[in-house]
Amino acid sequence: MRLIVHNMLTCNIKGVINKFPLRIEAEKVIKKEVDFNPDFLRHMLAKIEWKALVDGARSMGYTELPDHAPDTERVESDESFLKKFHHALLELHLEEGSLVCQETGRKFPVDKGVPNMVLREDEV
Amino acid sequence: MSETPPEIADIMRVSSHREVYEPCDDSFALVDALLTDQTNLINHKPNICMEIGCGSGYVITSLILLLKSKLSNIHYLATDTNPLAAKVTTETLEAHGLKADVICTDIASCLETRLAGLVDVMVVNPPYVPTPEYEVGMEGIASSWAGGENGRSVIDRMLPVVDRLLSEKGWFYLVTLSCNYPSEICLMMRKRGFAWRILVQRSTEEENLIILKFWRDGEEVERLEEETISDEFSRSLSLFMRKQ
Ligand SMILES: C[S@@+](CC[C@H](N)C(=O)[O-])C[C@H]1O[C@@H](n2cnc3c(N)ncnc32)[C@H](O)[C@@H]1O
Repeated sequence: MRLIVHNMLTCNIKGVINKFPLRIEAEKVIKKEVDFNPDFLRHMLAKIEWKALVDGARSMGYTELPDHAPDTERVESDESFLKKFHHALLELHLEEGSLVCQETGRKFPVDKGVPNMVLREDEV
Repeated sequence: MSETPPEIADIMRVSSHREVYEPCDDSFALVDALLTDQTNLINHKPNICMEIGCGSGYVITSLILLLKSKLSNIHYLATDTNPLAAKVTTETLEAHGLKADVICTDIASCLETRLAGLVDVMVVNPPYVPTPEYEVGMEGIASSWAGGENGRSVIDRMLPVVDRLLSEKGWFYLVTLSCNYPSEICLMMRKRGFAWRILVQRSTEEENLIILKFWRDGEEVERLEEETISDEFSRSLSLFMRKQ
């Protein structure tokens, strides 16, 4: 699971209010290179919840992201920022671990890179 | 100049598992529909493409291959309730040297909030076979086809989700059978402001497949007579079959 996906995942257990973000418990993290694509990154930056990305990256051992994202206009010229954003968003993979709902503590396993978010009957 | 062969998944490289739906006539018909629409898809310039119920991964892999040479900025997502399907899809993608993010979830439950309004292309080959209701969503391979009454249990739950996830310019490709009452599906989507078109119609020994495409046409529809859509549907279907 990449952080671009983590940034979209919510815990949908019935009655849960604090659905996002899920806390990452990393057991195995791998890196896979992806082509650098500034246009795509600029497009995504607007959709990303920055703090969730920063915390997610830290829990996967990557601490280079700034606490706050630069302004969208400044991003154009800030190649070094875009490179870090690219790496955190698209190249880090949580291979094994869990995603934890901050409200209920329910753990969703990540197995061979795939998060299993399917709920039990008593959770829907 | 020789024409380049169609860029779709290579069946020999599609991974499998006895509890995961194997590519079948319905999968091929859906990929054919995407092929028919390839030029439009490329001009559409989607940012996010998604498949719900990816099974073996044959369809999402084909979609990626269809767009890959022309568009490089796309984020691909695929979901399935069956963890084994998620695994097989990942293997199929890897065997083609491709990448998509695979998530195990009911329809798109865990993505509905954050991904709302962002998906530009959605493809679905749902469990559509009419079965007793209790077979729907059972563990194992049965849940890949079991569709409950008229085969519509899962489809009907998917439509509002697809509406929610699709962007303003979003397109939706759906596999149906004639026994699913596709004209009713069109009516439900029409009420949500979608127009529709038949992309592929194909009769096999067992089933009469119809692949539909939906897009938002900006018109608010207040009242719609069921008969109007049903007539429209029959007319386009017979027109379509005459053209073939
Ligand atoms: C007819 S198969 C299609 C598989 C593949 N897309 C293809 O065309 O070959 C339907 C798939 O939907 C999945 N499915 C069934 N119910 C689902 C649900 N509620 N949410 C997500 N996927 C579901 C099944 O596990 C199965 O893989």
